[in-house]
Parts: sequence; structure tokens; C-alpha cells
Amino acid sequence: MVNPLSKDNPVIVQVLGICSALAVTAQMEPAIVMTISVTAVLAFANVIISLLRKTIPNSIRIIVQLVVVAALVVIVDQVLKAYNYEVSKALSVFIGLIITNCILMGRLEAFALNNRPWPSFLDGIGNGLGYGIILIIVSFFRELFGSGTLFGYQVFPQWWYDAGYMNNGMMILPPMALIVVACIIWVHRIKNKDLQE
Amino acid sequence: MKGLKRKIDQVKPKFEKGGKFEKLHSVFDGFYTFLFTPNETSRSGVHIHDSNDSKRTMIIVVLSLLPCCLFGMWNIGYQHFLAIGETGKSVFELFFYGFFAVLPQILTAYIVGLGIEFVVAQMRGHEIQEGFLVSGILIPMICPVDTPCWMLAIAVAFAVIFAKEVFGGTGYNFLNVALVTRAFLFFSYPSKMSGVNVFVSLGNQRAIDGYSGATPLGELASMEPGGSLSNLGESLTNVVGDPLTLNDIFFGLYPGSWGETSTFCILIGAAILLLTGMANWRIMLSGVVGGFLMAVVAHNWATPLYPATCVEPLTQLCLGGFMFAIVFMATDPVTACRTTAGKYIYGFLIGVIAIIIRCYNAGYPEGAMLAVLLLNCFAALIDHCVVSLNVRKRMKRTELSNS
Repeated sequence: MVNPLSKDNPVIVQVLGICSALAVTAQMEPAIVMTISVTAVLAFANVIISLLRKTIPNSIRIIVQLVVVAALVVIVDQVLKAYNYEVSKALSVFIGLIITNCILMGRLEAFALNNRPWPSFLDGIGNGLGYGIILIIVSFFRELFGSGTLFGYQVFPQWWYDAGYMNNGMMILPPMALIVVACIIWVHRIKNKDLQE
Repeated sequence: MKGLKRKIDQVKPKFEKGGKFEKLHSVFDGFYTFLFTPNETSRSGVHIHDSNDSKRTMIIVVLSLLPCCLFGMWNIGYQHFLAIGETGKSVFELFFYGFFAVLPQILTAYIVGLGIEFVVAQMRGHEIQEGFLVSGILIPMICPVDTPCWMLAIAVAFAVIFAKEVFGGTGYNFLNVALVTRAFLFFSYPSKMSGVNVFVSLGNQRAIDGYSGATPLGELASMEPGGSLSNLGESLTNVVGDPLTLNDIFFGLYPGSWGETSTFCILIGAAILLLTGMANWRIMLSGVVGGFLMAVVAHNWATPLYPATCVEPLTQLCLGGFMFAIVFMATDPVTACRTTAGKYIYGFLIGVIAIIIRCYNAGYPEGAMLAVLLLNCFAALIDHCVVSLNVRKRMKRTELSNS
């Protein structure tokens, strides 16, 4: 469970789920909601597939996985719409796109199909959090420098702006998320020499 | 000079292996070779070196930038006093106003850029590369005169680290560092990089009535689509509302990023670059041809929907940063294509795309920067195609001669 947090991180080592990491990290709140959603979907999809692993015919396993994930995603989507409509609007299509997130299919294929439910559950939690950590770090920098806020609260004092400070508009744009992810990978590889190619 | 050399030779051992300041070896080396030709010969491999090393190349490029630079400084003063309605100032007053307006930016660019280069060279144990000598003067020249220094510092740091050092330093960057700086500024702080308030330095003084700080291209981009064709193309005005003639535009008497307004000075620079063999004439020629053809096409099918298409082709080429980008940016030997055929394609596409962006995208009044950056990305691909076509051609030839 701890492995995906750093050494085997889905985003910065396996480079999966980059698309949503670019899209939802302009602010911290959507990023955290996204983390929770992905973690929940991943953990329960892992458990369900793991329970069904002996009964799923090999030839249609991808379709079965998709159905399970899609059902869970719809549940998450509905819950969000009911309890946190604003964030659900901000995340818009990206909750739905969890279905196509490579991390999910990857974990289901590589882990849940061959393991018992409890380890699969832990694996799902671990990978979801590994993905989420990166999301949160990226969104921290993007919101701080892009909007000068964290969770919507202004961080930089007003006199900075009066003295001529301006928010960096590029941080709001998706390309900057790639560069921040690249920086995280850079620092991470320096710390983990064995990952260097 | 001799005394200086003796003095430097005295402290030299301190910087060599085992010396007191061993860590600062590359800094010492940088300054030493800057002043004197190093008395070193190669021990293996190539023994004949061109005396034209990268330091000399950089110095000549800086020299060729000087006309634009000096004119730009004068033009800042000219636009300033025009805007506040004071006439009768001497050339020197105009020049020094501009000089002191841009001096902090030039210093910022050099200090930040060279600082990072020095630090990285120390960390890696490399020699200090001279690449930034040119970028440092280019960067302020392609920015509006009112760009705050801290923005410039951040942008320069970003560009030097992410466009150059992570790829291995000078000579390994696939994007033009000066343009990455400009693009970073443009996308990060759009309100300080375009619009009507940044291109003329007012310096806390009130502008006269009827003043507009828009650049000609900015004027075009912000025009209401519609209206009759004929008066759109001729309605370019300077800061106080007098019409601009092609002459004014050619010599650069209009507001803009300060180094790039004068086509005349750019052509002097181009002549220096071509005569000394520093820049490639193929890229310049094909770039101008591409831009001209596209401008003709745009002008021929001009529509009031896109006001910039109404500009005469020649005016189109002289406006904005187009010529500057073709002469000084596109010809950067590191980021351009290496193959001869590739150079023609590369230059041509830069010209065409720059004018397309300028004419058909009102969000970007000037497209030269984006065009060069885009083609920088494709330069390697173009080279690859040219080389593999050549390989295929020669393979065919050998097959023919064998059979």
C-alpha cells in the first residue's frame, strides 16, 4: 500500500492519469475532491473485481471492468452533485472521465484480477492516494502562484498587489501543470537514484 | 594589457586543481578566455580550430543588434515626448531618456541569466557558456518598455532553466531562450505584455488629448470587424493620431517592443550577420519570401472581418516583430534546421505562419514569436525528413548502378 506513494507512483513513475492531473489542478479544492473520488472508485472497483475474479471469463474481462467502474463513477458523480454542487460543476466532465483513467484499468488488470479482496482494497487506496498526492502538490503551486489563493482564501497580502505583484496567468493554463509535474519528477528522481534511467 | 595578464597569471594557480578556489575554476576560466585567447592546444583528435569560437560569434551578433538597440532607445524617448506633447528636445535627451528607461531591464536580464549559467556551470563542473550574452540583450529588446523587472527576472530564470539548462546548456536547447522568455511573459502577465498601456513609457506624466498607446498591430487587432475595406488598411496612426506612412513604419517611428520596430536598423544588423557569415541567408530569404507571399494572399482576399488582412504586404512585413524574428530569432543556429533544404522549409514556414497568426487571430496581434517557437519544435522533424529522403534517393541510385 505504501509503495505507490513514492517508488511506484502512478503519476510520476508510471506516468498514468496525466490528463486529469492537468485538468483539475488549477485549484486545490477540486483536486482534493478528485483525489477522494478516484481513491474511492479505485478501492471499491478493485474489491469487486477481485471478488469476481474467478467468475469473469477472460475474453470479456475488460468490458466487465468497465461496467463495474462506470457504475461506481456514476454513484460518485451523483453523491457529488447532491452534496457539493459547486465543485461538481468545476470538475464537470472529469468525474465521468475517471472511467477512462489509465490508473484504474491498470490496477484492475495488474492487481485485482490476481489477488484476494483485502490486498486489492489496500492496493486501490494506495494508488488512489499516490495519484492524489501529486494532484495536491501540483494544485498547491498552481493555485498559490496562479491565483494567489489556497482553497479560495487569499494568501498573498494586499500590499504585494499594490506594490505591483501580479498573479502568474500561465499557472492557470494546463501546460504549467505539466511543467510542475516535471519538476516533481525531477526532485523525485534526484532522491531515488535507482529510478534514474 | 600586459600588466593585467601578468596579474591574472599570478592568481591562476589558485583556481587550478588543488588550488584554494578550485570550485570557482569555471568562473575564472570564463573571464580568462573572455580577455585572452587561451594558450591551449588539443592533445588528441582535431588539431585545427576555427578562430571563430562561440565567444566571437556572440560578440558579432551583439554588434549586429546595436543599431536596433540604439535606435530603440532613441525611439522610446521620441514616443515619450510625443505622447506628453513636448517638442524641441535634442536627440541626446531622447536617447538618454530611453537608455535609462531600459537600463534596469537589461541589467536584470544579464544578472539573472548569467547568474544561473554561472551556478549551473559550477555545479556541473562545465566551462561557462557564452550563449546568454546574446539572449541577455535580446530579451529586453523584444519586451515592452514598461515591463517590470521582477517579471523579467522570473521569466528569464524560467527560460534559462527550463528551455536551456535542463537540456544540457548552450547549444543543446531546442527552443530559442529569448523567445521562451517572451512567451512566458506573454502568457503569464498578458495585461503587461499587450494592450495600449505598456508600449509607450509615460513616466508618470499625463499624456496629451487624443493619445493612444496602441501599437499599429494592436490597433488593427482591436478594431471592430466590419466597416469598409479601404479605410481600414490606411487608418494606422501613431500615438497622437497622425497617420503612419510606409516610411515611418520602415524606419520604426511607432510604438512597439522597443528593439524591433525599425526595419531599417534590422536590415543593417542582417547585413552585418550575413557579411560575417554568422547567420544563414537561406533562412532569412525564405522567411521573408514566405511572409511576403502570405501577406499577398491575405491582402488579396482581405475581409473586414479580419482588419489585419487589409494591410499592404510591404507594410505588413515592416510592422511589428516580423523582420526582427526572421533576422535574429529564426537564424539562431542551435534551434534552426541543420540541413540546407530544411533551412528553406523552416524559414518559409516561419514567415507564412507568422503572418497567418497575425492576420487571422485577433487574440494575438503579433504572431512572429509563436511562429518561431512552433518551428523550433519541428526543426528536428524537418531535418529528419530531409535526411531520410536523401538516404532513400541515394539508395535508389546505388540500386540502379548495381543492376
